[in-house]
Amino acid sequence: MHWNSVAEFFAMGGYAVYVWPSFGACALLMLVETIQVKHRYQAAVESCRRQFATDQLDNKTL
Amino acid sequence: MKPHPEKSLSENSAPRFSGRLFHYSSPQTFYPLAGKMIPFFWVAAALFGIAGLWIGFFVAPTDAQQGEAYRIIFVHVPASWMSMFIYLVMAAWAGIGLALGTRLSGMMAQALAPTGALMAALSLATGSLWGRPMWGTWWIWDARLTSELILFFLYVGFIALQAAIDDPRRADKAGAILALVGVVNVPIIYFSVIWWNTLHQGSSVSLTRSPSMAQTMLLGMLLMALCFWMYAIAMALMRVRAIILERERHTEWVRAEINLEKSNALE
Amino acid sequence: MSLVATLMVTARRDLLLAMRRKSDVMVNVFFFVIVVSLFPLGVGPEPALLTKIGPGVLVVAALLSTLLGLPRLFAADHADGTLEQLALSPLPFGLLVSGKILAHWLVCGLPLVLLAPVLGLQFGLDGETLGVLMLALLIATPLLSLIGAIGAALTLGVRGGGALLALLILPLYVPALIFASGAVEAQMAGMSTGGYLSLLAAMLALAVFFAPWATTAALKIALE
Repeated sequence: MHWNSVAEFFAMGGYAVYVWPSFGACALLMLVETIQVKHRYQAAVESCRRQFATDQLDNKTL
Repeated sequence: MKPHPEKSLSENSAPRFSGRLFHYSSPQTFYPLAGKMIPFFWVAAALFGIAGLWIGFFVAPTDAQQGEAYRIIFVHVPASWMSMFIYLVMAAWAGIGLALGTRLSGMMAQALAPTGALMAALSLATGSLWGRPMWGTWWIWDARLTSELILFFLYVGFIALQAAIDDPRRADKAGAILALVGVVNVPIIYFSVIWWNTLHQGSSVSLTRSPSMAQTMLLGMLLMALCFWMYAIAMALMRVRAIILERERHTEWVRAEINLEKSNALE
Repeated sequence: MSLVATLMVTARRDLLLAMRRKSDVMVNVFFFVIVVSLFPLGVGPEPALLTKIGPGVLVVAALLSTLLGLPRLFAADHADGTLEQLALSPLPFGLLVSGKILAHWLVCGLPLVLLAPVLGLQFGLDGETLGVLMLALLIATPLLSLIGAIGAALTLGVRGGGALLALLILPLYVPALIFASGAVEAQMAGMSTGGYLSLLAAMLALAVFFAPWATTAALKIALE
């Protein structure tokens, strides 16, 4: 362990403005992608449900 | 209700390997399988990520020349590797889909493309953030960054082409041809950019100097690469499940699957 | 029917059609001239600077003007059903498509090669450099037509065809751009141009072999 304090760790030897945005960008974009894919999946499930509901309605009226 | 395909297969005493391969390549069997696999890849991604970050921040020593700024390597290099690797995998799926006509292959290629583009974008962003303290400028027409930029364009083209074609079968096939043409061109583009770079700039500060790199740095990089890899697989599987539902929502098995999930959620 | 004769079936037909619609050809040529002429207006008339950027500007402009003609490569034949007839004909479809690509190069590429030295003079390139420029473009433009044909086939009848085509094809044009302008710059720097030109030629050989094949595959998907 070569960090003497928490502040030193976050300072990253003066390169904090470059190091943390790099890791932050990765975390953020991965999070955004995960949420976006989850939404897409849920939307697909919803549209399937609607499809079945209308199918059932059609079957009843027929 | 029809007997579950997995059961009928297990009753068969010696299923042939190719038969089993084709069995799992149908969206109907792959959909629940992917659903079961996703949590494992998330856990693996988390474990590799924690280990990689620990080594990257707490074990790996400070670089003699680049100070602490070099720690960007632990996300930059994995993102670059994955952006190239995903393109190869995507082209492989595309090729399989074109050769064998399996529906799932095209869906996998489509599911991989956005994650690959994301990796290329991350590689560009982190490369730029690294270049600023090392080169004194946000962007330099360095061979690595330039070819990464072109790879990003290739991903964008692939996604745009598939988005522009309404018929999913045609979108898959057209995308497959583009991915294969791209994969033939990627090495040519890469070497032409290196050639161009050495002629115009001589040598620039190399970001990754493998010979002098400490063992722990390499280990941290590999662990982070594994984390990104597992993340990419989890993401592709999640997306392919969404794509399967979008395309097959008129089928009987999707109805059964959705109802099953609903009852599981209620329990 | 021999190989060349088959190739010439569609090439001759497309050339004839192009001769009837001369304005299309002229639009291409003038686009090239205008794009090249815009650069001095954009960066200033300083001769040293213009000589430095000249090769790159000329090759980029050539790239863009070949792109301009590409959406027309298969569109008309697709619309009136000729393409389907060609695909069903007993003659090898790949050769017929190659004939069309050849015609595209003769109409869209070759005029640029012939015009480039005149425009090169505007950028203060000397005689030998102009020769290398012509030679580099002579190898590079067919390469551009061949790669472009794949994109044209993929975007056939697709929404937003033209812009999409540019998005798909321009990244693939990078090696041709690098080696063609590199050859001219090497000549200007007094270095050997052989390496660049032979690499360009190697890529052309590769493209002659594979591009028509990929194009026909893409066309068959569009015709399904």
